[in-house]
This record gives sequence, C-alpha cells and structure tokens, in this order.
Amino acid sequence: MIANYGYKDGSGEYYISIDTDKCTSCTAGRACLTGCPKGMFEIITDDYDDEVAAVKQSFRRTLAFDCTGCKPAGGYSSLPCMTACTPGAIKHSW
Amino acid sequence: MITAGIDMGSRTVKVVFLEELKVDGAPQLRWGVKGKHIMFPEDLDADQAADKAFEDALKGAGLTREQVTKVVATGAGRKQVKFAAADVTEVGAGARGAVFMCPTAKTVVDVGAEEGRGVKANAEGKVVDFAGNEKCAAGAGAFAESMSRALQLSLKEFGEASLRSDKTIPMNAQCTVFAESEVVSLIHSATPKEDIAKAVLDAVASRVCAMVRRVGIEDEVILIGGMVHNPGFVQSLKGALGVEKVHLPDMPEYVSALGAALIAAEDNA
Repeated sequence: MIANYGYKDGSGEYYISIDTDKCTSCTAGRACLTGCPKGMFEIITDDYDDEVAAVKQSFRRTLAFDCTGCKPAGGYSSLPCMTACTPGAIKHSW
Repeated sequence: MITAGIDMGSRTVKVVFLEELKVDGAPQLRWGVKGKHIMFPEDLDADQAADKAFEDALKGAGLTREQVTKVVATGAGRKQVKFAAADVTEVGAGARGAVFMCPTAKTVVDVGAEEGRGVKANAEGKVVDFAGNEKCAAGAGAFAESMSRALQLSLKEFGEASLRSDKTIPMNAQCTVFAESEVVSLIHSATPKEDIAKAVLDAVASRVCAMVRRVGIEDEVILIGGMVHNPGFVQSLKGALGVEKVHLPDMPEYVSALGAALIAAEDNA
C-alpha cells in the first residue's frame, strides 16, 4: 500500500509517501525512526495487521515547515529519512 | 452470524448490521444488510453517542446485543467506541465497503463532513494507495454547508441551485475562512446564488480531485460519504475528474460502517 501523509495548500503539495509493502520486510532495522532528526516517523499496526511506518499525526499538517531543516533553500542532495530507509519506501512530493 | 460496523464520524454516527446469508443458487451473496441507523450526536459526548446510536440501531433492527457476534468501529472517533472488539481506519473501512457495493470500481472517493480522501483499492477491497488532506477543510462537506448558510439556502437548495448555473467562477482561496470572504464578495457584487453555489462546489470538487489524482484515477470511480446527496457536487466532481461514470451507492453515508461490519464478519468467518 502507498500511504500518502500530508496536505495541499495555497503554497503547494506536501506529501510524504510510504510504500508500506516495503516496511513489512524492513531490512533497515526501522532506521526511519532514528533517521529523521525531528522524529516524525512511528511504527503502527495497519488495518491488515502489518507493522508499518507512518508519519506521526502531529506532523501531518505541518510537513512544509517540519522538513525545512533538511531542505535548505539553497538546495540539498539527500534527505536523512530517505537515506536511512534503504529499502526505498519513503518519498517526498516536493 | 450477525456483525456490526459503527462509523463515528465528525458529524454523525452510523451503524450497520450485517447478516450471513445462505442463498440457494447464489453463493456469491454471502452477506446482507440486516439494519442501519444514523444519529446526530448533538450535545452527547463521543462515548454516550456511540452507546445511544448502537442501542437505537439494535432496537430499529429488532436485535439484542447478544445476537451481534462482533462489532468493529471506524471513523474519526473510532477509539471512543469502548464496546467495539477492534477498530479500522476510515480509509480501510471505506475501501472495503465501497468495493462490496460496486465490485468493478477501483477508485474510491470519500467525501464526508470534515474530510475528503481518494483511495485506490484492489478487487478484494484492500487499500493499494490513499491520500487525504490533513490540513484543509475546504475539500469536505462542512465547507459546503457553511457556504450554503452564507447564501441562506438549505443544503438541498444549495446543491440544486448549482445545477442551474453554467458559469465557471474560480475560487482562488485554499482556506475555508478566506473562501468564505470570497463568497461574501460575490454576494455583494450581486452574483446570482446559483453561480456562487456552483463556484463553491467546483472548488470543493477541485480540492478532492487533487487528492484523487495523487492515487491515480481508474476508469470506474465510486463516490461515498454524505456529499453524494448533493447533486451539484456530484456534477462538479464528474467534471473535475474527467470521467463519465461515477457510481453513486444507495446508502453512501453508511459505506464505511458497512466496510467495518464486513471486516468484522470476515475476521470471524
């Protein structure tokens, strides 16, 4: 399942997509939990009883601001969350 | 076996009872709706509302609590349903219920009072991809309701008025509060009510459509949630999605509760 957490507002679309099929056989030791400097990820049990990563509820409506530390205006080459998730389950829409 | 799904929405509580069927010659008919009930909680807190809705639903269906094998809760207030054996997200329940109602539909558009979402489901009703909008209330029913009040129309009149307009007036504000001020400006500039109604519903449809596009639009789309009762919104959504056929189920506001009851039945089977 692709779970898109986030929102669209007047300034753009801000979604973090998690391919939860890759979480069920995580080979990265749940590195997303510690990879994000703001601790935005958590492990939940989804509707199909799989343990998968999700963006914490408290961050879902402020992603554009919460992710700015890792996305400086001058550009960036990699994101800690995407680097930590070696199976490649995490994507950002912006 | 009888199971129940209870959908604790932000405006209403919906209960659906499902019974196991054994129909000779039609083995595909495994489950049938035994009863349904909707309640506006008014001043009740969530715990009381869930209890009262369930009791009223039992009475209406002529059932006792003991006859119900399992209850599964869903909706924004699903954790408040203390007597439920389990809970599922509104995304999972909506997809399961929608595919039960329309097995050929793969794209589920769910627009309720406070939230709208797009879901792609597989043939078993399992979620493949979903997107909502955690921030914006302007892509949901409460926004349309608020704008109908500003126009001094009932929701029914609001939806019907929109169908009489063929004008396209863009509403640029993303936020409900700013959008309302745009509506006030249109009222002051003597724009006909039907044109404003269409502008509002086009704006809601456009926000919903953005979420649906994230998950991809398949040929067959099913629309669930209370906004199905608004013909103006349905018309606007069809235009925004660019699809000819949008399935509208008979009891759209109950689909998530139905999905929860199905999940309860399948877990118990």
